[in-house]
Formats: sequence, structure tokens, C-alpha cells
Amino acid sequence: MRNQDLELVSVTKRYGATVAVDAINYRFKSDSYTCLLGPSGCGKSSTLRMIAGHESISDGSIVLAGRDISHLPPAQRGTAMMFQNYALFPHLNVLDNVAFSQKMKGVSTAKRHAEAREMLALVDLTELADRLPDQLSGGQQQRVALARALITRPQVLLLDEPLSALDPFLRIRMRSELRKLQKELGISFVHVTHGQDEALALADEIIVMNNAVIEQAGPAREVFNAPQTKFVAQFMGGHNVIALPDGNFAIRADAVSITSPTPGAIEGNVTAVEYQGTHVSVSARITGDQEVLALIPDATFFANPHQPGDRIGLHWDSTNQHKLIA
Amino acid sequence: MVSPLAAVLLIFLVLPIVLIVIVSFWRATEFSIIPAFEFDNYAFLFGSPVTYTVFFNTFKYAVITWACTLLIGFTVAYYLAFHIRTLTWQIALFLLCTIPFWTSNIIRMISWIPFLGRNGIANSTLMSWGVIEEPIEWLLFSDFAVILAFVHLYTLFMVVPIFNTMMRIDKSLIEAARDAGANGAQILWNVIIPLTKPGIMIGTIFVVTLVMGDFITVRFMSGSQSANVGRLISNDIALLQYPSASATAIVLLLTVLITIGILLRFVDIRKEL
Repeated sequence: MRNQDLELVSVTKRYGATVAVDAINYRFKSDSYTCLLGPSGCGKSSTLRMIAGHESISDGSIVLAGRDISHLPPAQRGTAMMFQNYALFPHLNVLDNVAFSQKMKGVSTAKRHAEAREMLALVDLTELADRLPDQLSGGQQQRVALARALITRPQVLLLDEPLSALDPFLRIRMRSELRKLQKELGISFVHVTHGQDEALALADEIIVMNNAVIEQAGPAREVFNAPQTKFVAQFMGGHNVIALPDGNFAIRADAVSITSPTPGAIEGNVTAVEYQGTHVSVSARITGDQEVLALIPDATFFANPHQPGDRIGLHWDSTNQHKLIA
Repeated sequence: MVSPLAAVLLIFLVLPIVLIVIVSFWRATEFSIIPAFEFDNYAFLFGSPVTYTVFFNTFKYAVITWACTLLIGFTVAYYLAFHIRTLTWQIALFLLCTIPFWTSNIIRMISWIPFLGRNGIANSTLMSWGVIEEPIEWLLFSDFAVILAFVHLYTLFMVVPIFNTMMRIDKSLIEAARDAGANGAQILWNVIIPLTKPGIMIGTIFVVTLVMGDFITVRFMSGSQSANVGRLISNDIALLQYPSASATAIVLLLTVLITIGILLRFVDIRKEL
């Protein structure tokens, strides 16, 4: 089988003296959903825009399916981009928006409209073909943008924070649709987001970026379960970062259980108790003035409730204790 | 209670027009003006072949000036909006465009005369370069001079609204077009021009109304050899033929309104206002 992977080889982006993306290397597996995750200004959008060809690369190269695409114009790369605000042409109706790239290629009206209708059927928008973009809801606009990007038959679809303009309810629905579409089409999706829940819900692989470099990359479950750096542990959330005599460790809050204070176990004073529905979050202060958060299933907690001020023992499996390298 | 704005409009806009309409029906003789309600002025206007020539001339000036200002104005606005990267430079260059407007338009117009005249700078330069043997006669006091002055005077009225509309075009649309494989010319034709139409239309209205209402440029630059409707009116006024001048003014006003009405059918400018 041909190698369809997208590969970044020490890709660098400099704006004058500032380095936005610092020599990052990564191989995106073909037919996978990858999320570029990180806080704003970490370089994730620049990375995506360099892959798309909307930003020149200062150094390194981008290889897609064995072809160096670093300096090709966007349309010749085999990528298509879906923009954050969808960037639909306001003067064209849905059908012509979707058919735009075919029109640029000089495909006849009848043929390109037929192709566009096919794409609209894929995103379930056939009835709205004659509408103008500002007559559509946010979710519908997004589907048009998707159809417009997909009509070029890209090998890689690049999505720049595609869900950030939607309300929370729609966001959850659209993300399952994105996931389904990726599986159906069998192409790679590269999705930029700053929401870790979005990344976890969607991605096969997560790349966590910070300060222009990749902090950690790997399968979603691995990144969440075993963060390698303090930044990743804190950014992914749900982790305690604890300094123990032999280094810093990340322990998932839901892996911490509460016992009565026993010798040998870590002891702490309860500082706060918060009921969260399925779980109860218990904060405790342990030696060295460190805060530890334990997420206890509500039934377990209420079988043996604690109040702020109580002295408790904290316990976790050593397999859940992940050493942080930075 | 009439609001102050309505009162201002009433006194300074509606009332004068109503007066002109009324006067246009009065009777005039060589030595007197008599209030009346007759159609003589209009009958004379529509019966005279001069009227048609002059109206045709006015439209000719308007159309040629419109085409030139559109071409130059669009190009300048496009350059400012899409090729100048920083806002500071955009503002600086934009202000540079307005510098000619710091002087009166009559002075700007008259300053062409020593340049274009028979022994003017243009002719003497061309002759010293050996491009021409004889001075070119049609540079000054010709339709060419009239249109040149119009284009000089009114191009900015095209630049401003087009630039304004272009600045509102979301830059990601250009990227989206490029992502879809459009080249520069295709982006211009399929994205920028359609989205700039309202600005073009506003600029068109400015230029067309200004040119159609003008009389001084035509008089100076044609050396009183060409006429447009404005000169017809101004001549009537000079001869104290107010009823005739009013009738011509009303016909001109209606012509301009109909022209704008037709233009507005093509493009919706409400989003821009």
C-alpha cells in the first residue's frame, strides 16, 4: 500500500525574532483523526496553516504521501482547509460555494453543480442548496464549509477550531458528526482546538503543543492517562501534580481514593468538598503544603462522608503514578 | 412638533426644490417674469434640438468619466486594501490621496491650463523629446481636457467607498478562495469584485451626479466650446431667464434620479450605509 502519511520534518515558523513553531517533527498516520491541542499562541494554528500552505514555512519540510509539499500552492497540496469562521462566500449560494473550487478548475456548470449536490447530500444539506450563507444557522454553515473543503477530494482535511463558533449543544453534536464523517471518508483529519474535552472526544492521536514545541504526542488515551510533563498534566485537567521525594508525579484525580488515616499512607486535611453529581471532589492538603484532588464516586463518598477539616488518608495505585520528565 | 433635522431638511432641501418647480412653470419675456402655470418652458426645452445634444454631451462626459474613475479608483483602492500590509501605511497612503483636496477644485482645474496649453509644459516637453513636431491642439479646450479634469477632480470619490467596502472583506475569504485553487485574477473576478459592488455603486452615484451637475469644469476646460446641461442652466441664469433655467434644472434632476434609480436596481447598497 502507498504511503499516505503526512509528515512534518523539523518544521519551523519565525516571525522576525519570535519563533512561533520551533522545529517540530511529527508523522500523522493516514486515515486517522489527529488533534493539535494547546493554549492560544502555542503555535498550533501556525502549524496547521503551514500544512495548508497559507503560511510559508521558515525551515524544515512538509511531506504528504512521499511528496514534498512545503512550497506548493494550497490547492496543489492534496489538503483542504476548513476555516474557523467557515469563510463562506457571502455572495454565492450554498451550491455555488461548494462548487467554487470546481469552477476555478473550469469544470462546466452542470457537472460542478452535480458534484456539489453529491457533497451536499453527504453533509445532509440538499434542501438548502439555494440559500445564501447568512440565511443558515451556524451548524449549517459549518456543513457547507465541510462540503466545500471535501469537494476537492483532499487526502488531508485541516480544521481550524471548527467548533468554537457553535453553542455548546451544537458543538457536541457536530463533533460526533465530524468523527463519523472522518471514518466514512477514510481520509486524515487534522483538527486544531484549545479544548481538551473536544480533543479527547474526537482524536485518535493528540498532539499537545506549548511554547512553539510539541509537549507530548500519542494516542488520546495515553496522553490523558500518562502525561509526561507538568504542563500536559495541568492542561489536560483531572490530574494532580505532586512533588514526591523522587520527583514530580501526575496522578489522575479519579484514581485517588480516601481511607481513614493509616500509618504509611499519605495523610491530609480536607479543605473543600464539592458535589458534582456523579462524583464528589474532595480537596485535601498534604505535607509540603500541596493540594491533592480526589474524585470519589458519589455512592462511595456518601457511604463514608467527610467534612472540611477532617483528617484523611489518601491512597492510589503505584501504576497510576506517572513520573513527569519536565 | 417638527424635529430640528426635519426642519433643516425642509428649509434647505425641500423648499428650494419646490420653489424651482413652481418657477419652472412661470412665464418669461425679454424683460419680465410673470407668475403663471404654463408648460411653455418645457415645450421649448423638449422642442429644441440643442437640448438633446447637450443632454447627450452630459451623458457622454458622465459615462467616460465614470469608466476612467472606476478603473483608477478600483486599482488604487485594491492596492491600498490588499497590498499594503499595515494599517498605519494604509492610513498614510490614503491621506496622501486626499492631499489634492486641500485646495479648491477651481484652482486644481485651472492649474491644468499652463500644463496643457498650446505652449504648455506637456507640448513643449513632447516637442523637446522629439515625440511630436507640432503642438497638439486637442490637449486644452477640448473634451479631452474636460474629462481629464473630471477624472482628476472626482477619482477620490470612487476610491473612498470602494476602499471602505474592500476593507470589510474578510481576509479569510481570500484564503478560502486560494485554498480552492483560485489564482489572483480568479480571486479578483469571483470574490473581490462581487463583494465590492456596493462600494462601486456608491462611488458611481457620487461621480455621475457630480459630473452631470457640473458646469464650471466644462466651461473652463472646454474654453466655452462644449456645453452640458449645467452650462445651459448657468447661461439662462446669466440672462435672467429663471423660469427656463428652472425647467432645465427640473429635467436634469429627474434625469439624474432616474439614472440612480436604474443603478440601484442592480446592487443593494443598504448593507453599506
